Amino acid sequence: MTSQSKAKELEAMAVKLRRHVIEMTCAAASGHPGGSLSAADIITVLYFFQLRYDAKNPAWPERDRFVMSKGHAAPILYAALAEAGFFPVSQLKTLRQTGSSLQGHVDMLSLPGIEMSTGSLGQGLSAANGMALANRLDKRESRVYCLLGDGECQEGQVWEAAMTAAHYKLDNLTAIVDHNKFQIDGPVERIKNLAPFPDKWRAFGWNVLACDGHKVPAIIEALGKAVKARGKPTVIIAETVKGKGVSFMEAKPLDYHGKAPTADEEKLALGELCRRGEKSS
Amino acid sequence: MSETKMIATRDAYGKVLAEIGRENPDVVVLDADLAVSTKTSVFAKEFPDRFFDLGVAEQDMIGTAAGLAAAGKIVFASTFAVFGSGRAWDQVRVSVAYTRLSVKIVVTHAGITTGEDGASHQANEDIAIMRALPNMTVVVPADAVETEKTIRAAVKYYGPMYVRLSRPKTPVLHPADYDFQIGKGEVMRPGSDLTIIACGTMVAPALEAAAALGQEGLKARVVNLHTIKPLDKELIVRCAGETGAIVTAEEHSIIGGLGGAVAEVVAENAPVPLIRVGLKDVFGESGKPEELLVKYGLTAREIGAAARAALERKK
Ligand SMILES: Cc1ncc(C[n+]2csc(CCOP(=O)(O)OP(=O)(O)O)c2C)c(N)n1
Repeated sequence: MTSQSKAKELEAMAVKLRRHVIEMTCAAASGHPGGSLSAADIITVLYFFQLRYDAKNPAWPERDRFVMSKGHAAPILYAALAEAGFFPVSQLKTLRQTGSSLQGHVDMLSLPGIEMSTGSLGQGLSAANGMALANRLDKRESRVYCLLGDGECQEGQVWEAAMTAAHYKLDNLTAIVDHNKFQIDGPVERIKNLAPFPDKWRAFGWNVLACDGHKVPAIIEALGKAVKARGKPTVIIAETVKGKGVSFMEAKPLDYHGKAPTADEEKLALGELCRRGEKSS
Repeated sequence: MSETKMIATRDAYGKVLAEIGRENPDVVVLDADLAVSTKTSVFAKEFPDRFFDLGVAEQDMIGTAAGLAAAGKIVFASTFAVFGSGRAWDQVRVSVAYTRLSVKIVVTHAGITTGEDGASHQANEDIAIMRALPNMTVVVPADAVETEKTIRAAVKYYGPMYVRLSRPKTPVLHPADYDFQIGKGEVMRPGSDLTIIACGTMVAPALEAAAALGQEGLKARVVNLHTIKPLDKELIVRCAGETGAIVTAEEHSIIGGLGGAVAEVVAENAPVPLIRVGLKDVFGESGKPEELLVKYGLTAREIGAAARAALERKK
């Protein structure tokens, strides 16, 4: 069990990362806040609890690897990497600027700590499989994690990769779906329904877990269970809210998929997150 | 004259892949349900632990290759040319080219000599779409020896690479000790009247055409431009300057492939008459490879005719 104080600490970090997302996208006047905020708690638990890495030696061969398959959620990953010490926090405000290392979608060659370049949806899980196969070939204990969007799961390649992971029994791989129920054109359910979603993964040979994607202890518990699973890859379907933590974004998830907050909205959002931060610390 | 040996470049690939598998434990091979045809089956048999068949899922294969490469492996991923280029192009673009990972996409059954399977299986556009990708190296070996050299060079070269091989048996044009270098074209026959620049299966007909032109007193230089990218610009410009006319020959569309690449360099640096021999913006069809080559104008005769036409324009 995680101690209450550890959970509190992680919750405070999640607020911090959310603040970065708001500030970064506002400064850039572009970017994807909605899907970054829905993933904030998952990313926080991964980078400040679950993953083994060395920010001073990003190429450490024994590290766990994380693939951000929904590459448009770059801001939340950048925020975590900066807070974890891969690069200075001051760099965050250069997001999406000409010449910046913080590309609009994640690019493994421009920043330390990024394991795979993404942005064209549906490609990350295949790459994560490759990394998991390499770990097995080299007899490394390291694990591979991959975060997918729910809309992203409409891509055929996701299911090709799902078959591959099950076929090769990649139990050193954990996929997490940020199940925030919205994509660009509308609710996922209406655009092209994924249901029965857990059954699909099960039918593809996966160990399927569910958790509240905004409850730190629940995320920790699910990730822990996934590590113990044998003979199958695990997918955690994390129930999330698009824009989580900023009420006006939660209320209009379609408006804040790929649109940055204005300066006024930033103030509002940061104020809300500030109050939330005080509660959690 | 001693009889020319006939070996398919894909057979040479299978053989050398097994050899490098013995020499380098980091070599991993992937296929997408065509291992018997692409000859990766030779490697698979000897190294089952380092061979992964992804099934009929080329996009997933390319992504998996990227992941293995990101974790330090030297990855060879094979399928037919149509599928390794077109079907998985966006995966090659983002997961391999953009990341500059060491994935070697070695495809077989390129061009019209794929034959009986018909247009859906004949890749005549792959050089064009692969060379348009930043960071991508594109090599089209002319024979079995050059294939072996290319694959050995690929192991030492860090980065993405597209190697285009063929289905039928083709003449072996190089001695075993041939000195191959990625990015350096090879002058196979001297000549001062014009230059025939060819790649892959069209190198042998180019040599044949040059010999026939020689009988007429025309001195055609023949260049084997195995590397389409990075292109040996210096050699192309030198040939344009020294011979004043160029014919290109490839088993690929005249749009965007070897002919397109050479034309870009010639037009910008040393404009001279230039004629491209290749598929003229059409799909192929089913048939025997040798018959299709004749029907679609990919023969020594056709290259000879283009050479005479180019010489005519030079005057
Ligand atoms: C292959 C591809 N097609 C389209 C897009 C454009 N696009 C960016 S985000 C997105 C919607 C993704 O929805 P989801 O996976 O649910 O992301 P989230 O809601 O978590 O942000 C689309 C269609 C893309 N990036 N890649």
